Amino acid sequence: MYKYNDFDEAFVRERVAQFSGQVARRIDGSLSEDEFRPLRLMNGLYLQLHAYMLRVAVPYGTLNSRQMRQFAHIADTYDKGYGHFTTRQNIQFNWPKLRDVPAILSDLADVEMHAIQTSGNTIRNVTSDHFAGAAADEIEDPRPYAELIRQWSTDHPEFQFLPRKFKVAITGAPNDRAVVKAHDIGLRIVRNDAGQVGFEVIVGGGLGRTPMVGKVIRDFLPKEDLLPYLEAIVSVYNLLGRRDNKYKARIKITVHENGIETVRDLVEAEFIQRRELFNGADQALLAEIEPAFAQPDYITADSQGFDDFYKADPVFRSWVDTNLTEHRQPGYAIVTISLKAHGATPGDATSEQMRVMADLAQEFGHDELRVSHEQNIVLPHVHKAHLPAIHARLAAVGLATANVGLVSDIIACPGMDYCALATARSIPIAQQIAERFDELKLEHEVGPLKLKISGCINACGHHHVGHIGILGLDRAGVENYQITLGGDATENAAIGERAGPGFSADAIVPAIERLVLAYLELREGPQETFIDAYRRLGAEPFKAALYPDEAGGRKHAA
Amino acid sequence: MSRRFTPKVVTANDLIEGDAVWLSADDRWVRQMCEAELIEDAERAEARLKLAEGQGDIVVGAYLADAQAGENGPEPTHFRETFRTRGPSNYAHGKQVEAA
Repeated sequence: MYKYNDFDEAFVRERVAQFSGQVARRIDGSLSEDEFRPLRLMNGLYLQLHAYMLRVAVPYGTLNSRQMRQFAHIADTYDKGYGHFTTRQNIQFNWPKLRDVPAILSDLADVEMHAIQTSGNTIRNVTSDHFAGAAADEIEDPRPYAELIRQWSTDHPEFQFLPRKFKVAITGAPNDRAVVKAHDIGLRIVRNDAGQVGFEVIVGGGLGRTPMVGKVIRDFLPKEDLLPYLEAIVSVYNLLGRRDNKYKARIKITVHENGIETVRDLVEAEFIQRRELFNGADQALLAEIEPAFAQPDYITADSQGFDDFYKADPVFRSWVDTNLTEHRQPGYAIVTISLKAHGATPGDATSEQMRVMADLAQEFGHDELRVSHEQNIVLPHVHKAHLPAIHARLAAVGLATANVGLVSDIIACPGMDYCALATARSIPIAQQIAERFDELKLEHEVGPLKLKISGCINACGHHHVGHIGILGLDRAGVENYQITLGGDATENAAIGERAGPGFSADAIVPAIERLVLAYLELREGPQETFIDAYRRLGAEPFKAALYPDEAGGRKHAA
Repeated sequence: MSRRFTPKVVTANDLIEGDAVWLSADDRWVRQMCEAELIEDAERAEARLKLAEGQGDIVVGAYLADAQAGENGPEPTHFRETFRTRGPSNYAHGKQVEAA
């Protein structure tokens, strides 16, 4: 993992000192809220429905046991004993007091963490594949580049007042687990016909009220041109992006209104100029960063115990079959720890659970953890010999749910239980759907299914790219839930289509049940997943299941 | 302006704690909505909001929220305001367990 150098350390400490002073001046009345608000947002501090919320960056979702333990400490000392892992691989604390925030930031700085640029119209925390450096399908580990982008974008003087927030995602694998096509800039490490490794650069993707799949602006960018090219894109956007209308200010609208060709021409022209200004310092920095992401010192161990346990224990077997992913190293596995126990809040972990995950990472996982955008925690490097012990310790704290990738592994934003922007609640809907499918004992039979819930049009819950998406709205003072179908968050990214009129809070869970049961009837066999069946059959048979009273006549469907 | 006025309360978030607070008839910021002043006319509502907006060293983001008279005082009419009076639905946190 990357270790802070003296510059990083001094920078983060200085920001803590600055923000401590700003909080003190806010409390003593020297700063008004209008003056303070942009300062607190630059440091990840929001004011939500019931309390302040502090959003802490987990750079590209990678952290070590010490950092995870510090989250537990913060949760116990300043909050209510838990934290919420988000779809941007961050963690949010829902109950800090304004007075305590400087101390929290200081505690974070002690473990090389911060909340800088987790809000505001800047380049946000760079997200990545949560299996980076471990996945068998990877061309190259994207994290050195993610760290380079983090350092370049942090406090970048040109990009502190962009027209709107700006999100970059990077993956090193052809199977996209980082939703790169739904980001302002998506980077895919690719190999060209000559066998060289570089980047495919995608621009103008995003969810929110105007969902768009990103467009390729450069199909092969040499690795050494990464920062000048990114800088060219962001600088073109900084000038061309609209500032007259918040809802048209993201780069996806800039690309949509001007056309990808125009944007590409501007970017390429700017790139030529910018490249001259990069005198190799970026490549020197990259060379310093790269060793921090070397492969761990893998161990060899006898896997017989694992094999025996796998045969003997059906609960363990189910967990292994569902929550493990192939590792590049023989004998190893990637473990996804589900934060989606049936009925629990998606993405939440108690301080006790955090400490157990930290201990397991330290004892068995080369001291590495990942936060996934699907709101789970990953132990990226685990030898199979240790899996029985890991499973037992996870089970003891309610973390051994075998449901990764299934219908109850739901992404849900905090919704109106916490968020000031929300138009409806998300969490109770997620809880009820998970509990219902647990009762039915059907989710393993249903197989892979991505269900994603957002509590407002801003789409933090990624509902547009869920196979089944749910969007919570306020319809005449009542919570109402719209269903979208056919979305896809992978390299085959697609925006889901609205199925028809929304459902009340009481009717949404039965509607989802009808939809999933209909899929079981419609599929050609267990090998045909929900999304495959949807693509083969189109929306109609699924809509018929959602709106049985309208079979034939579809007069109410929009 | 002959349309009937929907009664209002002045509400905001506390600067330090961040929790929901309401303005009482005797100019205090109270933590339970039932203790708030139920404002019955537009002119008074504007005046009370103006007072609240002048107290940026105590509260943040003051606004007028629709309300109705209840048994124990003002009650919310919209679900968002209802949640603000009690806290999240996934845990017993917030005002639902911190009764006055």
